[in-house]
Amino acid sequence: MLKNDVAITPELVAEHGLKPDEYQRLLALLGREPSLTELGIVSAMWNEHCSYKSSRIHLRKLPTTGPCVIQGPGENAGVIDIGDGDAVVFKMESHNHPSFIEPYQGAATGVGGILRDVFTMGARPIAALNALRFGAPEHPRTRHLVSGVVAGIGGYGNSFGVPTVGGQLGFDASYDGNILVNAMAVGLARKDEIFYAAASGVGNPIVYLGSKTGRDGIHGATMASNVFGADAHEKRPTVQVGDPFAEKLLLEACLEIMAKGCVIAIQDMGAAGLTCSAVEMGAKGDLGVELDLDKVPCRETGMIAYEMMLSESQERMLMVLRPGKEEEAKSVFRKWGLDFAVIGRTTDTRRFVVKHQGEVMADMPIKELGDEAPVYDRPFVKPAVPGAVEAADVAAPCSNMQALLRLVGSPDLCSKRWVWEQYDHLILGNTVLPPGGDAAIVRVGDGPKALALTCDVTPRYVAADAFEGGKQAVAEAWRNLTAVGALPLALTDNLNFGNPERAEVMGQFVEALRGIGEACRALEFPVVSGNVSLYNETHGRSISPTPTIGGVGLLADVRRHATPAFKREGDLILLIGDTYGWLGQSVYLREICGRTDGAPPPVELPVERRNGDFVRALIAAGEVNAAHDLSDGGFLVALAEMAMAGGFGAKITRLPGETDAHAALFGEDQARYLVTIDPQKLEHVSALALADGVVLTILGTVSGSKITVPGEAPIEVASLRDAHESWLPRFMGSGVVTH
Amino acid sequence: MKSAVIRFPGINREDDAARALRLVTGRNAEMVWHGEGELPSGTDLVVLPGGFSYGDYLRCGAIAARSPIMEAVGVHAKRGGLVLAICNGFQIACEAGLLPGVLMRNAAMHFVCRFQHLRVERADTPFANAYARHQAIKVCVAHGEGNYVADEETLARLEREGLVAFRYCDARGNLSEAANPNGATNAIAGIYSENLRVLGLMPHPENLVDPLVGGIDGRGLFESVASALVEAA
Repeated sequence: MLKNDVAITPELVAEHGLKPDEYQRLLALLGREPSLTELGIVSAMWNEHCSYKSSRIHLRKLPTTGPCVIQGPGENAGVIDIGDGDAVVFKMESHNHPSFIEPYQGAATGVGGILRDVFTMGARPIAALNALRFGAPEHPRTRHLVSGVVAGIGGYGNSFGVPTVGGQLGFDASYDGNILVNAMAVGLARKDEIFYAAASGVGNPIVYLGSKTGRDGIHGATMASNVFGADAHEKRPTVQVGDPFAEKLLLEACLEIMAKGCVIAIQDMGAAGLTCSAVEMGAKGDLGVELDLDKVPCRETGMIAYEMMLSESQERMLMVLRPGKEEEAKSVFRKWGLDFAVIGRTTDTRRFVVKHQGEVMADMPIKELGDEAPVYDRPFVKPAVPGAVEAADVAAPCSNMQALLRLVGSPDLCSKRWVWEQYDHLILGNTVLPPGGDAAIVRVGDGPKALALTCDVTPRYVAADAFEGGKQAVAEAWRNLTAVGALPLALTDNLNFGNPERAEVMGQFVEALRGIGEACRALEFPVVSGNVSLYNETHGRSISPTPTIGGVGLLADVRRHATPAFKREGDLILLIGDTYGWLGQSVYLREICGRTDGAPPPVELPVERRNGDFVRALIAAGEVNAAHDLSDGGFLVALAEMAMAGGFGAKITRLPGETDAHAALFGEDQARYLVTIDPQKLEHVSALALADGVVLTILGTVSGSKITVPGEAPIEVASLRDAHESWLPRFMGSGVVTH
Repeated sequence: MKSAVIRFPGINREDDAARALRLVTGRNAEMVWHGEGELPSGTDLVVLPGGFSYGDYLRCGAIAARSPIMEAVGVHAKRGGLVLAICNGFQIACEAGLLPGVLMRNAAMHFVCRFQHLRVERADTPFANAYARHQAIKVCVAHGEGNYVADEETLARLEREGLVAFRYCDARGNLSEAANPNGATNAIAGIYSENLRVLGLMPHPENLVDPLVGGIDGRGLFESVASALVEAA
């Protein structure tokens, strides 16, 4: 029997986030009352953040296999094959709750955690991205949060030495009390040198590596599984502090001992630290684990077992070493000035045993803690979907060119240069397409292969129709990869939703996942890793459902890629795809008309596939001089972006579609691209489109320094650029909100 | 030409520097651990690369400047050996007393990464002979503390003796506040030692050696070193 100095009261159980039925389950599992350490361990393993207990049965429905998939969800990160023995390891993860409480450290450790997930698998990180959602610009905390999060992401990634090449940044009042910080990391490894978490072999040494353990971050994962009340700021001590220098050393040391063949299994200490990493290694390997906490390198004195097991101190790793390789591994870690300690061993008991100062502090069955944690099928109601908005029922409140000027300078569509200039996006010398395009392009070593990377979701679409919005998030990521010429291979998802105990939030989750799954299947774009962040709710108000999609695509020859910038006067501007003038849930409707109603544009997946495959083939054949996908703001915003990027104007001679001008210009119909070509290629390209059944319309030419549209006063590209570039620096630099 | 790239803990552009040397000179650089006491024999060029040595804790470059290898680098410089100190390397060189002055926090108070033009102040040096005087070259910057500051006497001496290597400018070679990414005094992006054998600069010529990745204006610096060494041989 374990000694217990602390009475396990119902209040204490509740404070650990365990529901009464979960506690009953624990009692049955142990056949006795748990010790305090055991209660802590269970609260860490069975919380939403670590156990995926609300989401797991729905996640199983996502397609996770495909010809390129080496490792799907369930490991530290997903792994795909990009040929020539090369593999790409990638994942996205949220750090929403900590970033709201302490933006700099919250965001920094989010980046640190995801980088660790990638190099834990033996991959050297070659790119990072992030998707950020903040509250309304008018909200008093927004500027502080933007400033802290951006500085934190930069502070960690820049020092670690990975280029941060892309992402998303949006503002909406639904995130006022609950911002989203989703960080993605992408690494490169050899296909036959991937490392996994599952331990193997009985009696093998379990080794602790990296920084020392302190009292920071205790119960971080439990915090991340709760809704916020007015006391959010009081949770600051549960946020960890990042040390990118230690992480950089850890990276080099880990890759070095992996190359020396010292490592059998490896798991980083992220959420729920030592507990989660040790349990996962044992549970996945069908082994027991015995830890001796006296051996754990501690940064503070007097730490008890409970604290050591729940600490979320950063930059730590747990490994099972090959017997006889301890000394070799140790000398590498000493060289890099990192801690190295054998703290336990694998056993054949399938039990998780923790000893401290000669006493057993925990002794629990390991499988039930890990991969056999509780699973819930929570009740849900399918959300009602609003009806479509007819273009004729939307009056244009201003001229279309005035609307364009306002849109390109609006918080969501303005240039994010102020953000990405704070990230080192050029280190490693492989950033072929830096932030600001449809997708970033990062060359693989000396080429000719390259990866295209993007993060996408349109939360207002998902909020209005979770199924179509889920489809659209996947389709847009796929389209952005396609628009630079890449073949989309696989994705990682970061599913940010509200409180799953509310049936309508659960309904959004279920429907969005159904949409994501359908799009993944139709576009052959499987999910290989991901993260679920629930309980994004403050004062009973949930965020807009935000399933961020992180897409990875492959360019066989990086020289054949496209960018949005206009390249040459006289090039023809062609629109690929159909225009119906869909204004429901458009940026135009929200920013210009002040309306947020209607159904979002439907995504016709077969058309999406056909148009995208056509554009990708054109780029690969070297037929186009520029390409850009159409998304927020529709045709005219996309045209303006191409003009601003290239420094040329455009003379538009006809409007797309057969609808009202404002709907033709700003409607957000899906599956569309703009490309520019040499006029001499028109006949050839038209014939290709005809053969593929793709709708292609000639809209005008690249010309001069103005954008000219029939029936509208021309506008200088320079004025658009001023509006586009100035909103964010002005917002961040001044005390006045100029929106 | 024999190059040694020093690896301090927390440095992260050492491979970029080595790659530029390989691409331009066709020779692999030797990677040298900071704990070593000696440079490889016959070293012509020492590169102190960019990054965050020791996490930039205490003061940028301060801890690395006291690494064992820095004594050997000091001897190498004193003998007239070439030293290229880039970004954090520049900070280390200043902390080690190889170059005067100090790099302070950027005027805008945050990290800045962007493509950046530099005006070549003189072309008669081992690091710039492939350029023309007052040519504007496109490189990039990536730093949080690149604001060059020195006392008035030192500044006057640097200017008088022609020891300013590069200044931040726009694409046409004009100096302006907007073209200065960090508020550096006199738009100074890089400086030479008195014998022109040590160059410290904040921008990254090593990242601009490839037409697919921003351009090739950075190549000239490495070509200059290679031809200076050939001439000296």
